[in-house]
Amino acid sequence: MDRRIRVLIAKPGLDGHDRGAKVVARALRDAGMEVIYTGLRQTPEMIVSAAIQEDVDAIGLSILSGAHMHYFREVKRLLEEQGASDILVFGGGIIPDEDVPKLQELGVAAVFGPGTSTQEIVDFLKRAVPERWQAQGLA
Amino acid sequence: MRKKHDWLRETYQKSLEKMPERPVAHRTLSDIAPEPLYTPEDIGVLDPEYEEKRGYPGEYPYTRGVYGSMYRSKLWTMRMFAGFGTAEQTNERFKKLLKAGQTGLSVAFDLPTLMGYDSDHPLSKGEVGKCGVAVSSLADMEILFEGINLEEVTTSMTINSPANAIWAMYLAVAKKKGYDWKKLGGTIQNDILKEFIAQKEFIFPPEPSVKLVIDTFEWGPKNVPKWNFISVSGYHIREAGSTAVQELAWTLADGFEYVEAALKRGLDVDEFAPRISFFFDVHNDFFEEIAKFRAARRIWAKEMRYRYKAKNPQSWMLRTHAQTAGVSLTAQQPLNNIARVAIQALAAVLGGTNSLHTDAYDEALALPTEESATIALRTQQIIAYESGVTHTIDPLAGSYYVEWLTDEMERQAMAIIEEIRRMGGVVRAIEEGYFLRELAEASYRYQQEVERKERIIVGVNAFTDEIPLKVPIQLVDPEVERVQAERLARVRRERDPKRVEEALAGLRRAAVEGQNTMPHFVECALAYCTLGEMMDVLREVYGTYQEPAYV
Repeated sequence: MDRRIRVLIAKPGLDGHDRGAKVVARALRDAGMEVIYTGLRQTPEMIVSAAIQEDVDAIGLSILSGAHMHYFREVKRLLEEQGASDILVFGGGIIPDEDVPKLQELGVAAVFGPGTSTQEIVDFLKRAVPERWQAQGLA
Repeated sequence: MRKKHDWLRETYQKSLEKMPERPVAHRTLSDIAPEPLYTPEDIGVLDPEYEEKRGYPGEYPYTRGVYGSMYRSKLWTMRMFAGFGTAEQTNERFKKLLKAGQTGLSVAFDLPTLMGYDSDHPLSKGEVGKCGVAVSSLADMEILFEGINLEEVTTSMTINSPANAIWAMYLAVAKKKGYDWKKLGGTIQNDILKEFIAQKEFIFPPEPSVKLVIDTFEWGPKNVPKWNFISVSGYHIREAGSTAVQELAWTLADGFEYVEAALKRGLDVDEFAPRISFFFDVHNDFFEEIAKFRAARRIWAKEMRYRYKAKNPQSWMLRTHAQTAGVSLTAQQPLNNIARVAIQALAAVLGGTNSLHTDAYDEALALPTEESATIALRTQQIIAYESGVTHTIDPLAGSYYVEWLTDEMERQAMAIIEEIRRMGGVVRAIEEGYFLRELAEASYRYQQEVERKERIIVGVNAFTDEIPLKVPIQLVDPEVERVQAERLARVRRERDPKRVEEALAGLRRAAVEGQNTMPHFVECALAYCTLGEMMDVLREVYGTYQEPAYV
């Protein structure tokens, strides 16, 4: 049976630029995934608790305010703390190249900058999520 | 039929008396001397609709520009948006920009300030000084404008929900330094409707939010008469994914909504309307953008004159700032953005903008560096001083395409404005989710067109051979948060607690009783109440707003 990929798209912090988050959410949905969009101004606590409650496979964070290091670090930390570090974390927004390796070191699976095609994000999730299922013996 | 020589003798001459022609050669490189204006007379054609639709610069319906002599006398204001880190750092950037030939200041605030939180609030963590400067009290504002003559510069402040408080802080700085409020020029964005539509930096629900805006309409003209207390903004609507026509229609609809709210309060249209200003985006589609500015001026003039019965021609004039489209900048091959910005800036100038910010080429990557911001300013200067487009006013008038497109955009925008009116106005349309739905549609459609390569973006979905290029990045010092927290602690320690308490109580009373809040904001600012304290008072009185999560 084909298991559907469940994704939480979240806007952490005070930033209200939500065009990208919404376009991505819709593209993932059109690609057959189940998508939950949090709406604006979510704290890391709210995001992680929604992700666990909704039993998602991946969390996509959209941040354009420059506060990405803080929010990715917090979300990863809370996931770990709550035993949910199997949830894949990816993101996008205005993120300088210099910060991408630092985010990867935190365990962020992928960072998609401006101009990324939504297909690229779909392909990434369709590859990375089943890989995790396999690793966990779920697939 | 009004003749060109009548316009030259009357409007143009009168305009020159106030502002003479700039002392530069208004001659082409072949030494041809263009006249200030060309009309159908000059090429021997008839245009029976000329007066009604196009008219003359500085005259109704202002399609060809709001001022009689436009750039022949005064170039647009080159106003570069800047702000990052602490007030000290931004103050230093401001002084450099002024030295580089910039003619007006424009302040970018960080997200905590935009959302009405102090720098040491838990929700501010990680965001202080990141996408603008942090201003939590008068102490920060004093440092921000240290050594800058507030009667000589004009200052634009991009602030919305907390606009009253931030403006009050600026005015408090001026007062303490002995500047005359009557001589202060500048703009606060203060356009809350587009926050609900697009930018999403709202705090309170729509109704009290609009009330706070109308407080400035009432208080501003009497106290700070040269200040634009609102900049009705299409910029954010466009950046959130609308089309140019939607941007045009929704922005003007917002403007009309404020006019109606002010009339409902019993204000005189000719007292407040002359100080309403606008702010549009300028994107890649060159002629569409030019037509948009021309159509905007015409629609505003017609509606203000005939629907809202304004008698003062100043109330009919749509004066606007423009900014090149951040959303059009690419992270791929970032130097290409310099070309995009130049084309967009040229469109804004040919559209007759009164003020312009040009984006830096690295803005899809991070905050601009000093170098990239300077190139952006130089781009404007090249257009202004080298391109020759300023020799004659509204040089594209009479182009079949430009005139047709201006008419067409006016027609489509008016259809949308009528639709919003039928819904019961902008606030009703917000409550019904109309804008969220329309934006989601338009931005998804555009993204799909790009992915199907029906629209080509150079360096993104075509011509993608990357030339390896290292762009230096402006990073924000993480110390900002600590510096801000220390300053706030000092402010709270050293101020007069009794005066603070009384000022906040006064603000609360005004909010509860529906009085004008502006005098109380000024008193709060002078008492060194923090931004968070002022906004908390209003959060208690008005409540906060949460928008529905719609994809």
